[in-house]
Amino acid sequence: MRLRSAIYLASAALAFAALTLAGTLPSGAADKVDPVADAKAFQKFFTDKFPKVKLEDFVNGPYSMNEDLYRQWQDKEQFPPYEFSLEMGKEMFSKPFKNGKTYADCFENGGIGVRQNYPLFDAKEGKVITLELALNRCREANGEQPYSYVRDEMAALTAYMAFTSRGKPMDIKIPDDPRALAAYENGKEYFYTRRGQLNFSCATCHVQSPGERIRAEILAPALGIVNAMPIYRSEWSGMGTTSRRFTTCNSQIRGVPLSPQDDEYRNVEYYLSYVSNGLPISGPGARP
Amino acid sequence: MRKAMLKSALVLALFAAGVLPARAAGSEDDYKAAYAAAEAANKEAGKLRNQWTTTANTLAAAKKAAEVGDFDKAAASAKEAEALAKASIFQATSEKTRWREMEIR
Repeated sequence: MRLRSAIYLASAALAFAALTLAGTLPSGAADKVDPVADAKAFQKFFTDKFPKVKLEDFVNGPYSMNEDLYRQWQDKEQFPPYEFSLEMGKEMFSKPFKNGKTYADCFENGGIGVRQNYPLFDAKEGKVITLELALNRCREANGEQPYSYVRDEMAALTAYMAFTSRGKPMDIKIPDDPRALAAYENGKEYFYTRRGQLNFSCATCHVQSPGERIRAEILAPALGIVNAMPIYRSEWSGMGTTSRRFTTCNSQIRGVPLSPQDDEYRNVEYYLSYVSNGLPISGPGARP
Repeated sequence: MRKAMLKSALVLALFAAGVLPARAAGSEDDYKAAYAAAEAANKEAGKLRNQWTTTANTLAAAKKAAEVGDFDKAAASAKEAEALAKASIFQATSEKTRWREMEIR
């Protein structure tokens, strides 16, 4: 009798332990953060969905989805609409701050050909640093006022830096640091989370429907979407930064945008850039 | 008894036709209570980082109606704003796990 009670007690204890563990551990392998597997699956999804599109062509957004648009874009590239911004960015980049220093002093390799490394994870701060954020921090460190994240000056600077990296493969690193993995995972969650009254996630348009029309526009694939930033958008009649793209996406689905460079936006850029690793930088881009 | 039933039916029909108001004209207090509830719900949505632009617009419409003394309209807008805010809270809460259904694996 005593033995039977002991067996019951041990069984109950084991069952309790199993239940407790089940509550703390991920529910399956799919819940484990595995950026390498994610990127592989992400790229495969798009190449399977669009077998005629070369992997490196996804960075051309809607143009890679539609032959007519592709031809129009090639013509447009003869006199690209972002050229003025590029010139402005080049001039701004080399013009010294009041203290005599320049942007080149804030970046590796003088800021030339480094765009493909952004966003990066800063172990000291424990957060993701985007190129736009790094540029404003450079300004502030040198006694200058930060630029608006959604206006022309920031677009011009990032356009120039992207141009110096054109053709270089996106090369985002996720260090072996639980905070970096958490930032990546949070970015992924943001990307797939439905929000706004229209109940859209980023993936609703850019995973489920690339190549389809939403009103007059052809939706771009999520793969390589950040490689083309910043972009000149005919709809905006001007340049747009990554921050502008994220915030307007939110308001278009009737969600109140967060502040540019809030953690969520930094993390989603980190995620989107990582899964586009290996695809060339094509920015600055032009979009309808 | 029959008379009473007929009277009730007539009143119901008038309600349905919108001839009789469902209740007395809205007071400023009704509006204020509805607005406070809507604001609180929208604040909660803000904590979840998921406010809707339509909630803000409807709250603004409620305030505008109250400013010109149309408290019926103001209270109705405030109630609509509360419903929108609650829907955004539901969305944010359910998406905490549902987002994985859309994930590319």
